[in-house]
Amino acid sequence: MSNNPLPNRERVKLPRQRMPEQNAQVRAANFLEVNTGFSPEQAHQESLRCIECNKPGCMSKCPVAVDVRAVMDFIVKGDYLGAAAKVREDNALPAITGRVCPVEDQCESGCVLGKKGEPIGIAYLERFVADWERSSGQFGLPKSKPATGKKVAIVGSGPAGLACAGDLIQMGHQVHVFEALHELGGVLVYGIPEFRLPKDIVAFEIETLRKRGVVFETNVVVGKTVTIDELTQQEGFDSVFIGTGAGLPRFLNVPGEHFNGIYSANEFLTRVNLMRAYRFPDYDEPLYPCEGRDVVVIGGGNTAMDAIRSALRLGAKSASILYRRTEVEMPARVEEVHHAHDEGVHFEMLVNPVEFLGDEKGNLTGARCIRMELGEPDDSGRRSSVPIKGSEFVHPCQVAVIAAGTTANPLIQSTTPGLATTKRGYILANDDTLATSKPGVFAGGDIVTGGATVILAMGAGRKAAKAINEYLVGPVVETVQIEAASAASA
Amino acid sequence: MFPIVEARPLARGIKLFVIQAPRIARKQKPGQFVIVRLNDSGERVPLTIADADAAPGTITIVVQAIGKTTMLLSMLEAGDSILDVVGPLGKPSEIENFGTAVVVSGSVGTAMAYPTARELKRAGNKVISIVGARSKDLLVLEDEVRKVSDETYVVTDDGTSGDKGLVTDKLKQLLAERDLHYVLAVGPVPMMRAVANVTAPKKIKTMVSLNSIMVDGTGMCGGCRVLVDNKSEFACVDGPEFEASRVNFDVLMQRNNMYREQERQSIERLQADPQAELNKLRENICAHEACAADTAGVKQ
Repeated sequence: MSNNPLPNRERVKLPRQRMPEQNAQVRAANFLEVNTGFSPEQAHQESLRCIECNKPGCMSKCPVAVDVRAVMDFIVKGDYLGAAAKVREDNALPAITGRVCPVEDQCESGCVLGKKGEPIGIAYLERFVADWERSSGQFGLPKSKPATGKKVAIVGSGPAGLACAGDLIQMGHQVHVFEALHELGGVLVYGIPEFRLPKDIVAFEIETLRKRGVVFETNVVVGKTVTIDELTQQEGFDSVFIGTGAGLPRFLNVPGEHFNGIYSANEFLTRVNLMRAYRFPDYDEPLYPCEGRDVVVIGGGNTAMDAIRSALRLGAKSASILYRRTEVEMPARVEEVHHAHDEGVHFEMLVNPVEFLGDEKGNLTGARCIRMELGEPDDSGRRSSVPIKGSEFVHPCQVAVIAAGTTANPLIQSTTPGLATTKRGYILANDDTLATSKPGVFAGGDIVTGGATVILAMGAGRKAAKAINEYLVGPVVETVQIEAASAASA
Repeated sequence: MFPIVEARPLARGIKLFVIQAPRIARKQKPGQFVIVRLNDSGERVPLTIADADAAPGTITIVVQAIGKTTMLLSMLEAGDSILDVVGPLGKPSEIENFGTAVVVSGSVGTAMAYPTARELKRAGNKVISIVGARSKDLLVLEDEVRKVSDETYVVTDDGTSGDKGLVTDKLKQLLAERDLHYVLAVGPVPMMRAVANVTAPKKIKTMVSLNSIMVDGTGMCGGCRVLVDNKSEFACVDGPEFEASRVNFDVLMQRNNMYREQERQSIERLQADPQAELNKLRENICAHEACAADTAGVKQ
């Protein structure tokens, strides 16, 4: 039964609530969160817009199938804790996904209101109930099933690993998460900046898992400190989930890429986020200074936006995105691009660096670029970009960040006999169960798919948890056949 | 948390630490390194593993106080702990019977060269060690190296111990006198480059262990990239040892100077009140220990 007092014709007339945010000029100089969150009144107004479809597109478009309609109803009646609990049934990290999910391609793209007007701000509401729950201190720990006595090792504490851990502990298994870095959270702490996802929110979600019994061990590089086989044969783990993320940064392989001041996005963001280099010298990790300098970021994804907006906050004199296609083709979320525009990021489209220039000390002074034009669609379905002959020019810059994607980190694959990979080095896993070619070993997230999103990684973690549970207490899961697998790889 | 079980000065500004790190001790092989972070505000710095003992679960590192972190680390004593130690990272040294192997090390580089020399000896090589330093009071692990080498030569810039001169003087002399089959050089970049230049004409397989700046140490950031045969390789996962003739030492030196100004600033800050920094670090470690005890209590 619906708690919504309004008839549908009234509901569709209500305008979408705007997310309050810090003033663009102010926030471009600090690392505080950009979006400040809905008030209870706004949340109520927004939830009233839901017309409670019989076949909710929001739910079918969500990689973890959150029952959005039911959540809306809890918010309508003012039961925010009930709403949070409802989200948590399917999504272990609502305060995080409510901030970073590409909702315009997922739940909100399935909202019927979006056909004529604007969809419901589902992520804003998800974030609201999660934040409400956290600040209320009334967080109820879901009850775990009776202990099964089975032990599962999870490699990597990013979104895939955390989601997997949350489900497995619920199912009554012992869960031990291994993290290579000194801090838990994976890309949520080294990659996504504080102004988009505050670290204490990630820490809170991890603390919640810890309270539910998940054991975390940092400073363990699986493949180096311990191998998968040692975990199963010597440390008594009955199953392993590999969620190590994508890994190695891709460079442009153009001349001059070694000049001082040139970073991979991974390194730049790791220094700024994980190592808090923006608080140097209170924190020790240094960063090649952005202050008063011209900074360019090469790329058009969310990582590129994170990097350029960080550079702006570090005092860059100019901050430019260099991208070889146009804004239409940019894979970054629309909201992130808007935010970057508002903060003063300059977008230089249809250009591609062909060489970096430096002074006699080896410090970067500029990027020699070539102008591009759009050609036929390529394999990715996006229009390809083709260089325009004779259009070269120099874009002066003293700091350059390369956000051109990542490739598979081979650390685990190369130390795990019997673990099949694709030609590109990603781990092969069954689409339905995420079982690998090695019995008892499952894998999901970027290490299987290549660079994707937080919520897709979480979806993979949950899918694997279900299959691991079946492997441990139910029918045996078929592993990937290596022969078939190598044929399928491309 | 990684407790320090032993800490003793080896030479001027160089200190040896034995650290409780059972997982690393079990897996470590010569040539590998760890990354340490002293406290919550600390940077991540790579340090060579000089030795490991799986039975008590300890590793040995030798640290020269040259930057803020290594200076602060050098103030720690047995009973203190290090917040984060991760490893063993990097590829182990290539160990096989080459014939006559020369291990050239400069100052604190000897700590990294020593376990490799020992393994080379064990693999059947005739091992000749050349241990260099600017001065006698900067020499480390000389006795240990002697024990695992067939011949050991000490060379100092000022002649206060062994021969006066450079390690390459001794290497050139050996090269003129006999057949050498393998050379490993570990030390300051100019020294490694000089060794590479000496052995290149004779095409002797020569490895150098590169000390580029790192963050994660697992290949994720690419900060440690070096130009090898004009292509990017990562010292943390493709190295740290590379064939000397393929390495662009100019780029290595240039990149190692990238944060010189910030390093100076950090050192200045530490030196303004070292005791305060040390106290701050110890308070931070205590807070972590208390927190760990709490978690353990909850579990029981």
